[in-house]
Amino acid sequence: MIRTRGDKTFEAVSHIVMILVTLCVILPFILLVVSSFTDESELVAHGYSFFPKKLSLESYRYLFKKGGSIMRAYGTTILVTLVGTALHVTMGSMLAFALSMKGLPGKRFWSFYVFFTMLFNGGLVPTYLTYTNMLHVKNTFFGLLVPNLMLCAIHVLLMRSYFSTSIPDAIYEAAEIDGAGIFTIYSRIVLPLGKPIIVTISLFAGLDYWNDWLNGLYFISDQKKYGIQTMLFRILEDIRVLASASLGSAGMNIKIPSVSIRMAIAFVAIIPIIIIYPFLQKYFQDGIALGAVKG
Amino acid sequence: MKQSSTLPPERKAQRRRNKLKKWAPAYLLMLPGVVYFFINNYIPITGLVVAFKKYRVDTGIYLSPWVGLKNFEFLFATNDAFVITRNTLLYNLAFILVNMVLGIAFAIFICEVSNKWLKKIYQSAILFPFLISIIIVSYIVFAFLSVDNGLINKSLLEPLGMDSVAWYTEQKYWPAILIIVNTWKTVGYSCILYIAGIAGIDRALYEAAEIDGAGKLRQICSITIPCLMPTIITIVLLNIGHVFYANFGLFYQVPMNSGALFDVTNVIDTYVYRALLKIGNIGMASAAGFYQSLVGFILVLVSNGIVRRFSRENALF
Repeated sequence: MIRTRGDKTFEAVSHIVMILVTLCVILPFILLVVSSFTDESELVAHGYSFFPKKLSLESYRYLFKKGGSIMRAYGTTILVTLVGTALHVTMGSMLAFALSMKGLPGKRFWSFYVFFTMLFNGGLVPTYLTYTNMLHVKNTFFGLLVPNLMLCAIHVLLMRSYFSTSIPDAIYEAAEIDGAGIFTIYSRIVLPLGKPIIVTISLFAGLDYWNDWLNGLYFISDQKKYGIQTMLFRILEDIRVLASASLGSAGMNIKIPSVSIRMAIAFVAIIPIIIIYPFLQKYFQDGIALGAVKG
Repeated sequence: MKQSSTLPPERKAQRRRNKLKKWAPAYLLMLPGVVYFFINNYIPITGLVVAFKKYRVDTGIYLSPWVGLKNFEFLFATNDAFVITRNTLLYNLAFILVNMVLGIAFAIFICEVSNKWLKKIYQSAILFPFLISIIIVSYIVFAFLSVDNGLINKSLLEPLGMDSVAWYTEQKYWPAILIIVNTWKTVGYSCILYIAGIAGIDRALYEAAEIDGAGKLRQICSITIPCLMPTIITIVLLNIGHVFYANFGLFYQVPMNSGALFDVTNVIDTYVYRALLKIGNIGMASAAGFYQSLVGFILVLVSNGIVRRFSRENALF
């Protein structure tokens, strides 16, 4: 293809626009990181800044030495994310494989059973009442793990179509002729050959667990059981309560971490995403193009 | 059918047993997922009846006394019902429009970049905020807007000699702030969808256009946009199916749950949450929730029906 001057101008414009967009995206994160390394007195006197006059590692020192509750929340989030993601893809891929099998009696019914959950849902009130009053998940690990995150219909349906279209029928037939049972086919054929879709789904499920703060908000009131996002949420909420409180309630016993410590906690909470993103961004983009994001 | 009906009964029973034996492992694989959807989705759907009841903690949802449409009468008698419906719809429509226009524009620009490495950087950068929790986003917004030490008041307005703004109590700024924050967080997502759409356009069309002497802008207007139309319409319609649902975190936590802003930040989701867990008015909360579930369901069906009419493979069902 011959590149005309017009093409070159247009590409130059594209670069300029995209560099500006990239800056708009990145700068707020830089602000977050810089303020976590800023000396607290500097923050109080001159506010958040990209170019603080005085840097300090104090907030991180505090976090690792005295931030026991923060570290525990961090640990809780890691645990919930690992267990939740494992359950999500295991349950999801098993269900998806069964629904992808030719000739399964009741296949249409069960596919619709899964699909219908995407169209209609009870919403917060009945879900909340079911989980608190019938299943009593309040202030338990299950409260963070189970509601809304442990499986989602769109992921099951994506895996089902992958298992039935991207894995050739001939392979299933050959395995059956060799006398492999359904469990063997699942563990020896579906899991290894379905790896691309399983990795993609795991990523999105893991991200949902890592970023989840709603289950913490609804079902956890015991501070010791917070995940990191819920912890961050409560800290910001306390700031608002303090700010809107009249002077008369000065006796309120709320201890709020300083600005730089807050920003350090927030930064620590996105570090895992920053680390994995460069390696897995292809999976994220492909997953989005495939429609793996919950509506 | 006919053949099996002529079989003797014992052969039929034998067949059924064989069939069960063959498929039992498959049902076993399905079981955990099916049970989960039952608990997480189907029980709460039956729980929607609470909207027609006077909820009592001691008896639970199903045994509470019926009150007919009382909860809805109370809800729609307030001004809140109008405000939350208006806010939910208008914000979502604004989000859809802005994400569509900017998403397409950025997708076109990114596809013009010939350097593979830079292309990847732009693409990854624009998607990144989409992967961050809304809580972190609210921290970043607070860093900009905090009244006492926010970046805008301290480093922009003060040096310019302007009065600082009490962002979290001034309603007039919030429609713009929420649109900007939502765009910042989600435009990368739409952009990726449109990039996938552009990648599917036949290159030969562009080559032919070039031979005919069409410039870049002409190619975009006459090839890219028209070829992208099915993708655009599908994405917009599927989004319209969700206009009755709002991103709770964006409307609750980014404005810091500030009471002074409720007129412009209260949406159905935040209303239901506050009624249920802050005020404890289960009647109002469940009425608003039922209203959302029902209208949301109808919108999904209608928008999907339209998608189906012109592009079968993009429809949900």
